[in-house]
Amino acid sequence: MSEFLRSYLTVAIFGATGCLLVGAFVGLSALVRPTRPQAQKYLTYESGVDPVGTGWSQSNIRYYVFALLFVMFDVEAVFIFPWATRLEAYGYFGLVEMAIFIFILALGLFYAWRKGVLRWV
Amino acid sequence: MLNILAQPPTDAIPTPDVAWSGLMPLLILSGGAVLLLTIVSLAKDFIPRWFTPIYTVLIGIATGVAAIPLWLRVTDTPSAADPNNGPFATLDSSFGVDGFSVFFTMLFAAVVVLVALLANDYLRREDIDGPEFYVLMMLSASGGIVMASANDLIVMFLGLEILSIAVYVMAAMHSRRIESQEAGMKYFVLGALSSAVFLYGIALTYGATGSTNLVEIREFLSNVILLNDALLLAGFALLLVGFGFKVAAVPFHSWTPDVYQGAPTPVVGFMASAVKAAAFAGMLRVFWLTFGSYRTDWQPVIYGLAIATLLVGSFVAIVQTDVKRMLAYSSISHAGYLLVGVQAATNEGTATVLFYLAAYAFMVIGSFTVITLATGPGDAKTSLTDIAGLARTRPVLGIALTVFLLGQAGVPFTSGFFAKFYVISAAADANSYGLAIVAMLAAVVAAFLYLRIMMAIWLDGDEVADPTELAAAKAGIPVPWGAAVVLVVTVGFTLVFGLWPEPMIEMARDAVPALAIG
Repeated sequence: MSEFLRSYLTVAIFGATGCLLVGAFVGLSALVRPTRPQAQKYLTYESGVDPVGTGWSQSNIRYYVFALLFVMFDVEAVFIFPWATRLEAYGYFGLVEMAIFIFILALGLFYAWRKGVLRWV
Repeated sequence: MLNILAQPPTDAIPTPDVAWSGLMPLLILSGGAVLLLTIVSLAKDFIPRWFTPIYTVLIGIATGVAAIPLWLRVTDTPSAADPNNGPFATLDSSFGVDGFSVFFTMLFAAVVVLVALLANDYLRREDIDGPEFYVLMMLSASGGIVMASANDLIVMFLGLEILSIAVYVMAAMHSRRIESQEAGMKYFVLGALSSAVFLYGIALTYGATGSTNLVEIREFLSNVILLNDALLLAGFALLLVGFGFKVAAVPFHSWTPDVYQGAPTPVVGFMASAVKAAAFAGMLRVFWLTFGSYRTDWQPVIYGLAIATLLVGSFVAIVQTDVKRMLAYSSISHAGYLLVGVQAATNEGTATVLFYLAAYAFMVIGSFTVITLATGPGDAKTSLTDIAGLARTRPVLGIALTVFLLGQAGVPFTSGFFAKFYVISAAADANSYGLAIVAMLAAVVAAFLYLRIMMAIWLDGDEVADPTELAAAKAGIPVPWGAAVVLVVTVGFTLVFGLWPEPMIEMARDAVPALAIG
C-alpha cells in the first residue's frame, strides 16, 4: 500500500473511534436512565415553539428571491473573511482585486433591484 | 489602513504578473456582458429593443478582432526583432495563450455573433425578450475561452462552470414552455453531477502528481515513473467522464435528446456549437497535451467511446420522428467523429478536430436557424410532419437546410466532407484502421437520417400544399433580417470551405496547442 493511501488509515481509525464513542455513551445512558414516555417528548423541536402543521408544508414562492440574494452575500462573505485576515500580505493588489469582486457582485444586486425583485408584491 | 498596505509586509504573498494583452478578448467578452447588464438595469426605459442584439454582435466582433493580433503573435516564431512571439502563459502559468486557445476564442466570438442575430427575432416571437439571454450567452462563451486557455486544472474547472451554469439557465429560458423547464432541470442535475465527477478527477490527479498545473503535471509524468499509477488512472477516468458528458459521448449522452428537444432552438444551436467546442478544447488540452506520455492508457478508452458514440448516434437517430431529437442524435454522432480525431493523439489529429469543430459549428447553427424559422411560434411543432413540404412553402429555408444536412452527412463540396475526411485520415495515419472503418460505416448510416429529413421537406406534404395556401405562405412569412444574415454566412462558410478548405485547415494546423511557462 502506498504512503498516500496509508494516511487514509488515520481517517478510518478516527471514524471508527467516533462511532464507538457515540455508541458507548448512547448505549450506557439507555441502560441507566428511567423511561417515562410522554406525547410532548416526541414532538419535533422547533426553537422551543410548538410546531405547526407538517414538515412538508408549502412556503411562499416569493422567498426564493431572498434565497438567491442570500447566496450572493454568502459567497461574498466566504471570500472576504479569509481575505481580510491576510490583507497586509496581499497589499494593494489584493485590495483592488477584492474591490473588483465586490463591484461585480454589487452589479448583481443592482440588477435585481432594477428588476424590482426587492419589492414585496 | 493605507499605512498597513504601504508597509512592506514581512510575509508578502507574491502576486502574479498579468499579461493584459493576452487576456484582451476574454476581458472584452466578459466585461461586455457585465456592462450590458448594467446599462440595461440603469436605463431600461430608454433602451430601444434593437440595442441589445446589436450591442452583443458588436462585442462578439470586438472579441474576434482583439484575437487577431494575438493570433499573429502566437503563431509566429520568436525572432531578434520580436522576441515575444510564440505561445506564452500568464497569471502564474495558469492561463495559456497559444494558437489553440486563440483559434477557439475566434470560434466562440463567431458563435456569439451568429446566435445573437438568430435569437433577436426568436426572443421577440416567443415574447421572452430581454437582455438576459445575450448576457448569459456572452458569459458562457467567455467560460469557453477560459477552458480553451486553461493551463491549470482548477482554471479549467472554473471555465467549465462559467460555461455550464449560464447554459443551464438558457435551456430553461422559455419560461412558459414546460418542456423548456424540464430540459433546464435535467441538464442542470446531470451537469452538476458530471462537474462533481470532473472535480473528483482533478483531486485524484492532484493526489497522484502533486500539482494542478498542466505544465507541472506534464513535467512530472514525463520525468517520474509511477510504480503504482492506479490513482492517476482513476483521475484520468473521472476527468474523461466530465468531458464526455459535455461533448455528449455515449454512454454519457442520455441528456442530449431531451435537452435538445425541450430547450429554446437558438440555445440548442449554441449548445451544439460552443459547448461542444469548449469541452473538446478542454479534452485536447488535458489529455493530448498534458497526459500525452500516458496515451497508451487513455487512447483505448477514447477508441471505445468513439465507436459507441458513432454507432449509437447513427443508429438511434434513424427511429426518431422529431427533427430536434434527430439533430440531437446527429450531434452525438458528430461527437464520435471528433473523438476519432482526439484518439489519433497526433498534432494532425488535433488540427482535424479544430477544423471539424469550426465546420460543424457553422452547419449546426445554420440548421437550427432554419428549424427556428420553420417551426413557427410556440417552438413546439418540431416533428417531421410539421416541416413536411418546407422546400415548397418556403424554398429559401428548404434549400439552406438541404445544404446543412448534406454538409452534416459529409457530401463532397461541403465543409462537412473535408471535416470527416480529415479526421478519418488522421485516424488511419495513427494506425487506428478499425476505428476509421467504423467511422466510415457510421457515416453511411447517418446519411440515411439526413436523407429522411430532406425527403420530408422536398417530397412529403402534398396534402398541405393547397395552391392558395402555398402562395400565401410564400408571400406571408419573410425571413427576419438577423436570421437571413446567419443563413447567408453559414451557407457561405459551408460551401466555400467545402470547395477550398486549405485556408481553414492551414489555420487549424497553425493552431497547435502549447504548454508555455510564464
